[in-house]
Amino acid sequence: MTDLISTVIAKYNYWIYITLMMIGLYAMIAKNNLVKKIVGMNIFQTAIILFYVSIGVKKGATIPILEHGHGPDAHHVVHAVDYINPLPHVLMLTAIVVGVATLGVALALAIRIYNNYNTLEEDEILAQIREK
Amino acid sequence: MKIIGLIIVVVTGALLIYAAADFPAWSDPASPASTYLSPHFIEKTMEETSVPNIVTAVLADYRGFDTMFETTVIFSAGVVCFFLLRISRREEEEPETRYYRHVLTGVTIQLKEGYKIPPSDDFERIDAAWTPPDLIIKTGCRILIPFVQLFALYVIAHGHHSPGGGFQGGVILGASIILLAISHDLRTAVRRMSEKLMAILCAVGVFIYAGTGALCLLLKLNFLDYSALAEVLHVDPITARSHGILIVEIGVGIAVMATMIWIYNNVSSAGRYRQGL
Repeated sequence: MTDLISTVIAKYNYWIYITLMMIGLYAMIAKNNLVKKIVGMNIFQTAIILFYVSIGVKKGATIPILEHGHGPDAHHVVHAVDYINPLPHVLMLTAIVVGVATLGVALALAIRIYNNYNTLEEDEILAQIREK
Repeated sequence: MKIIGLIIVVVTGALLIYAAADFPAWSDPASPASTYLSPHFIEKTMEETSVPNIVTAVLADYRGFDTMFETTVIFSAGVVCFFLLRISRREEEEPETRYYRHVLTGVTIQLKEGYKIPPSDDFERIDAAWTPPDLIIKTGCRILIPFVQLFALYVIAHGHHSPGGGFQGGVILGASIILLAISHDLRTAVRRMSEKLMAILCAVGVFIYAGTGALCLLLKLNFLDYSALAEVLHVDPITARSHGILIVEIGVGIAVMATMIWIYNNVSSAGRYRQGL
């Protein structure tokens, strides 16, 4: 029993991200409205960002900004265990901004589709394409 | 479709949860992600680049190529939005009827058959759907925006020593102009930051980044090896890397700011640059 609880405590964060990711994936597959698909894509992306940030966490460590970097108190011996992993933060920092930019492109495409077909429902768009 | 989707999602989710059993436990200092490369970054950043914020150092120096192409991706996203929404609009004719509002008295004039008033401080052009912005919101945002921009500049300039950098500062700077567009109207924001300026600033930001890299190449070191800038800046190579990161972050900030505003302007008005969709 204690074994099970310790497994749950060690892994529940991954389960949360997987759940979030699957909510996003379901929205992308099953939703009919294009804007809802875009929202699903963003939920998916958020799950991955959370996953990466959680990879960087170390127990008992602080944010990856060196204390007393400059000045009289500067000490030059830095221990890696005192600071969390900066690499996932770097990757996600750019991913968030790029995500916003790609969201803009997705919305621009949605606007163009709406202008052409006067609807954002996928089945209605497909029906209109088949008619032509 | 819904049932197929649900089956796919449940199967994928179950597979991923099964795979998660092999993942390292949360906050484990000995996890694979924290063992090979990241200790080097944490321990050597200070002596190699003299930047206390490891994230900034890794972003702009160790992973400089990655960030350069991320900036290019943002630039292309801005250009794509422009092409999708704006280019096809060019063929649409300007509306025959134009509305102008006298700023002091608030009198609105309607001009038919394509007559125009030359741009001046007395008259501002408005849209048919124009509604007067709320006084409290307008005044509040006018007080707030300069401080938002000041904070953005602080975030860019202080990215070496505190959380921040080009991406974050650029987004805050862009948000300040978007706040202007929301609280007043889109025309006011476009009058301050015109479309042409946005397009140029987007490219200038990427150019500053790539240009810094090319300058290092010209100074006979590798592309984006900022220690080459020591000759130009008259500092030792390690401080030169720190300064090189700052230059690059400024480029990123400019590109991100311009792209955010450009995308907002295009998407919020569907390329019309008028109020509303």
